[in-house]
Amino acid sequence: MNVRVPSPLISYTGSRTQVEAEGATLAAVLDDLERRHSGIRFRMIDEQDRIRPHIKLFVGGRLARSLAEPVAATDEVMIVAALSGG
Amino acid sequence: MTDRVQLFVATRKGAWFLDGDAKRSSFAISGPHFFGHIVHHVVLDPRDGKTLLAAAKTGHLGPTVFRSSDRGRTWTEATRPPAFPKVGDGGRAVDHVFWLTPGHASEPNVWWAGTSPQALFKSHDGGATWDSVKGFNEHAMYGAWTGGPQDGTPDGPKMHSINVDPRDAKHVYVGMSSGGVFETTDGGESWAPLNQGIAADFLPDPNAAFGHDAHCVVQHPARPDRLYQQNHCGIYLIERPATRWDRIGNAMPKEIGDVGFSIVVHPKNPDVAWVMPMDGQTVWPRTSIEGKPAVYRTRDAGKSWERQDVGFPREQAWWTVKRQAMCTDHVDPVGLYFGTTSGEIWASTDEGAHWSNVARHLPHVYAVTAARLPS
Repeated sequence: MNVRVPSPLISYTGSRTQVEAEGATLAAVLDDLERRHSGIRFRMIDEQDRIRPHIKLFVGGRLARSLAEPVAATDEVMIVAALSGG
Repeated sequence: MTDRVQLFVATRKGAWFLDGDAKRSSFAISGPHFFGHIVHHVVLDPRDGKTLLAAAKTGHLGPTVFRSSDRGRTWTEATRPPAFPKVGDGGRAVDHVFWLTPGHASEPNVWWAGTSPQALFKSHDGGATWDSVKGFNEHAMYGAWTGGPQDGTPDGPKMHSINVDPRDAKHVYVGMSSGGVFETTDGGESWAPLNQGIAADFLPDPNAAFGHDAHCVVQHPARPDRLYQQNHCGIYLIERPATRWDRIGNAMPKEIGDVGFSIVVHPKNPDVAWVMPMDGQTVWPRTSIEGKPAVYRTRDAGKSWERQDVGFPREQAWWTVKRQAMCTDHVDPVGLYFGTTSGEIWASTDEGAHWSNVARHLPHVYAVTAARLPS
């Protein structure tokens, strides 16, 4: 499936804003993303598997509340770095 | 041997390097490194003179450590940054890595890191992977020693001032903004508080064993039994094996007081130290007192202090200098450097007698460290 990557994380994806990853849950997609782009997961998911405060993850347009969120093969995963500038 | 100095400036928006000329009178600036990252500390490994570690995060992204083995030309990220063991929801998570200290000379790949929330981590491979120091982080007294997330510094309580005894790799002191000073003599397996004699105006028990607010603690490299401490409640000195700190800040002028964040020592003379007093009155403005910046130096281990402000603005300069934003260099006479939260870097090449501004317009400075610049 397609994963949309925000600018704060493109240093892990060779500057690509859209990459591929597979998995039936958000956790599995992120694990696959980590295998393909080492280091990216910990920047958005903490060591207790919580989504970091200023990161939002959308699956097929739905806001995911946890990594257990199911992901269909047709879904797009969108990573958003929420407002935290200044 | 070169007398050129390189400064590593960590800021809220990235890191910059300042390369001094032979006279240390002008500094060529380069950077940014990690532009946009909140960089709390950039430290060169004195054991090899080329490995740099940088503690970084962003407003959005989690904390990490970057490593360079070529003095900052190229960087790689730690493959396992400091993180608590996974226990599930409700477990602790590192918010930011605040402090980095190279290990003992006998342990060339060891580094220590202090984080917020307050915890200690150790690397055995030059900063590539990090392990929790369980002797502290999982100690039965951890919660009591460190307080909760509400305690300490506004952006989170800090583990800082990791001092490895140059005589003994297993002997380490740490400072905490919510907890005070702690010591291990067995490499981190067991810990004990070392806060007797330290005032704690904010605690109900004036003789509390812990809960103090250490701002900066320095073990003197030439006299390792002597430690200096700038605390929330004054300036202190301890001479081990004594276990009681003396408030050497009592000798500071009363109109200045003895509150500040940073304290640095002369690398060779254990009687010489510098502080940068900050206004600690009422709501703790933490700026230069009356808007008139000054460094204070002792040359007799705190029995007396002298004001050093030649070259500084005479009025309306409301600087804040954070705990890791002041340092000395290796040159004789010793150079002093500090960075302000308003993005200025100031330098003295004569042990504080005269000061000049060597960089400005940088972001909020968190840390300034100095190293010998290779010729």
